[in-house]
Amino acid sequence: MDALVEFFGLADSLKLLSLSPPGWGSNLLRGLLHSLQIAFGAFGLGLIIGLFGACGKLYGGPVLRDLLAIYTTVIRAVPELVLILILYYAGSDLINKAAEAMGYDRVEINGVIAGIWVLGLVQGAYATEVLRGAIQAVPPGQIEAARAFGMPPLLLMRRVTVPAMMSFATPGLANLWLIATKDTALLAIVGFNELTLETRQAASSTRAYFTFFLAAGALYLMVTLGSGVVFGWIEKWSRRGQPSLREGRR
Amino acid sequence: MTGLRALLQPHRLILMAVFAAFVIWCAYALRWDWLPKYAPLAVEGLWTTIWLLVVTSVLGMLLAIPLGMAQAIGPWYLSAPARAFCTIIRGTPLLLQIWLFYYGLGSLFPQFPEIRNSELWPYLRQAWPYAVLALTLSYAGYEGEVMRGAFAGVDKGQLEAGRAFGMSRVTVFRRIWLPLAVRNVLPTLGGETILQLKATPLVATITVMEIYAVSSRVRAETFIVYEPLLLLAVAYLLVAGVITLLFSRWERRGSGARAPGATTATTGQAATKP
Amino acid sequence: MKFMKSLAAATLAGALGAGAAMAEEVKIGIAAEPYPPFASLDASGEWGGWEVEIINAVCEAAELDCVITPVAWDGIIPSLTGQQIDAIMASMSITDERMKTIDFSDPYYNTPAVIVADRSMDIAPSAASLDGKILGVQAATTHQAYATAHFADAAAEIRVYQTQDEANQDLVSGRIDAIQADSIAMGEFVNSDAGACCEIKGAVPNDESILGKGVGAGLRKGDDDLREKINAGIAKIIENGTHDEITARYFDTSILAE
Repeated sequence: MDALVEFFGLADSLKLLSLSPPGWGSNLLRGLLHSLQIAFGAFGLGLIIGLFGACGKLYGGPVLRDLLAIYTTVIRAVPELVLILILYYAGSDLINKAAEAMGYDRVEINGVIAGIWVLGLVQGAYATEVLRGAIQAVPPGQIEAARAFGMPPLLLMRRVTVPAMMSFATPGLANLWLIATKDTALLAIVGFNELTLETRQAASSTRAYFTFFLAAGALYLMVTLGSGVVFGWIEKWSRRGQPSLREGRR
Repeated sequence: MTGLRALLQPHRLILMAVFAAFVIWCAYALRWDWLPKYAPLAVEGLWTTIWLLVVTSVLGMLLAIPLGMAQAIGPWYLSAPARAFCTIIRGTPLLLQIWLFYYGLGSLFPQFPEIRNSELWPYLRQAWPYAVLALTLSYAGYEGEVMRGAFAGVDKGQLEAGRAFGMSRVTVFRRIWLPLAVRNVLPTLGGETILQLKATPLVATITVMEIYAVSSRVRAETFIVYEPLLLLAVAYLLVAGVITLLFSRWERRGSGARAPGATTATTGQAATKP
Repeated sequence: MKFMKSLAAATLAGALGAGAAMAEEVKIGIAAEPYPPFASLDASGEWGGWEVEIINAVCEAAELDCVITPVAWDGIIPSLTGQQIDAIMASMSITDERMKTIDFSDPYYNTPAVIVADRSMDIAPSAASLDGKILGVQAATTHQAYATAHFADAAAEIRVYQTQDEANQDLVSGRIDAIQADSIAMGEFVNSDAGACCEIKGAVPNDESILGKGVGAGLRKGDDDLREKINAGIAKIIENGTHDEITARYFDTSILAE
């Protein structure tokens, strides 16, 4: 092992990546933690928005449906980077103005929360479409049967619609989660200390660009592959008792 | 006709009125005095964006076809690297890939003086080759995955029919397999091309002056924040609209002769999407 | 009633994941991208450097409870006007163009702008000498404005970088022929291992309308209270020798304005 390290001249790189200063490893890990925090929050918020959005699109009145169509179209056509800048600057400005108008002290919006809001809104638009498709794929008879038994809407959603659509929604949601983890990188542009910005700071402080970019790439890849395994389990679990759907859905 | 009637529903009229009021408010209440000065730059930037989008999508697609092919039917020594490539590209942020190519490779140049003396140097000095490279590989990575499914999804009977007519393997691929596979995934490709459009602003971080970089420059020089961003969002919406329109027209033309029985090699459609 | 109101405010603040601002807490924005020797980040995640020490000294002198908040450089003015930070102390020159949008404190340092290029290159800080060359500058800086005004016609291209560090990196790799930047930052750069290739070719002719009157703290328009406090803090550390003491630990010469 040591000989291998020496052979490739990796000793310097390993020193740079060690976990205690002067190594920058712990910075990268801290960045990764922030990235995951934001990704988790954004994904969760996106799911909530998506669930309501999907129901609104399917069962809502014409005005709600049109508004949701505008929301999903605009969010999905404008680059995340641009949305992040608009929502980040305008969003906190508006919240502060609203808080001041109502007579409150202005509030500080911390980076993680702002990141979660911005990415959550973006995720919500995609999640709306994914969940709408999944709900539509549930045989309508199942939902009608539950209604016929007099289930109230929330119970119906909890006990019938959501479990039945899970297997259709999982592949799309898995994709969305991957997008969420990777989109956190864009927050580097507005100065959040997530993995990509930490990487860039480490790289420019030490000039070891290749080492740090490759290390960060490996960290992201580990997250991706790990998520793939987890979503594989979820998909299997959500499909228990169903015939195989191997061919067909992306 | 029905489209027009759908637009004339009362709530839509109100929505449109609200939207018009918003546009008028924007025109009057916000600052647009910077526009004449930066308009030429913005047009140039938009052109760069479109150019990047078209070039990298086409190159990426050309790469994606062999990648998809290798994964769908290739032997393990072709399919494994292809799958690894797609996983790596799809598993890491594009921003990181772009920086790796530009600054990572850039940091190697001083160690190899030969590069500076080579004929490629005038190109390697500029930022756009790295932007094209990174965006192309990214598109290829995502589309390689899509094409894998597309190739596997083509009905085997169609290919056997082609062989039975005495077509060579290459002809079967060129005239039947590829067109059918591409046609099946055209809607997906449209969406992916919009995703590619949305990826282009990332190259602004390596000094490529596309439309997003122009808006950053307006913001930096005049401190006007929202107006350039709003206009930028509108510009992207328009380009995304054009892409959607082009792809839907293309789809319609492709499936024009969809009626059963009218199956010829070029216009027919393997209508069995699972 | 008052209780209800503050409860509502606390809930709103809690919902946004933030504590309501304490009365004296002042968020000082610095650029999130390291700018040595003025602001740099070490491996333990601590910010240091000349300007960071000056910020701490000014805050201590002015009895302000300061929190250093890194913000992306090219969005630092929107962050200030958008109330994410309360003051900018990130080597920002006091220029007329910026004064249209924000206020400034008194200057706390002033350094000339220089041109840096490869040692073997015969380049002088003039438009004629930069003819056909590629010049790199950092976005949203006075250097970008100056280069656009004075060198745009002569130079083959003015390439704009998000951070100074990226411009330095591309100068080393030979992608650009020269950069225009601050003399102190460049002095540090050419003395480092990474910048060994290059040397300072000289200062550009002064143009005060663009290059400004030194570096001051950027403040929201109308935030006179904070401006006076920061001005008093700056005056105090200049008077009691803290400014000189910090400067002496970093540089050979005084970089005080005037």
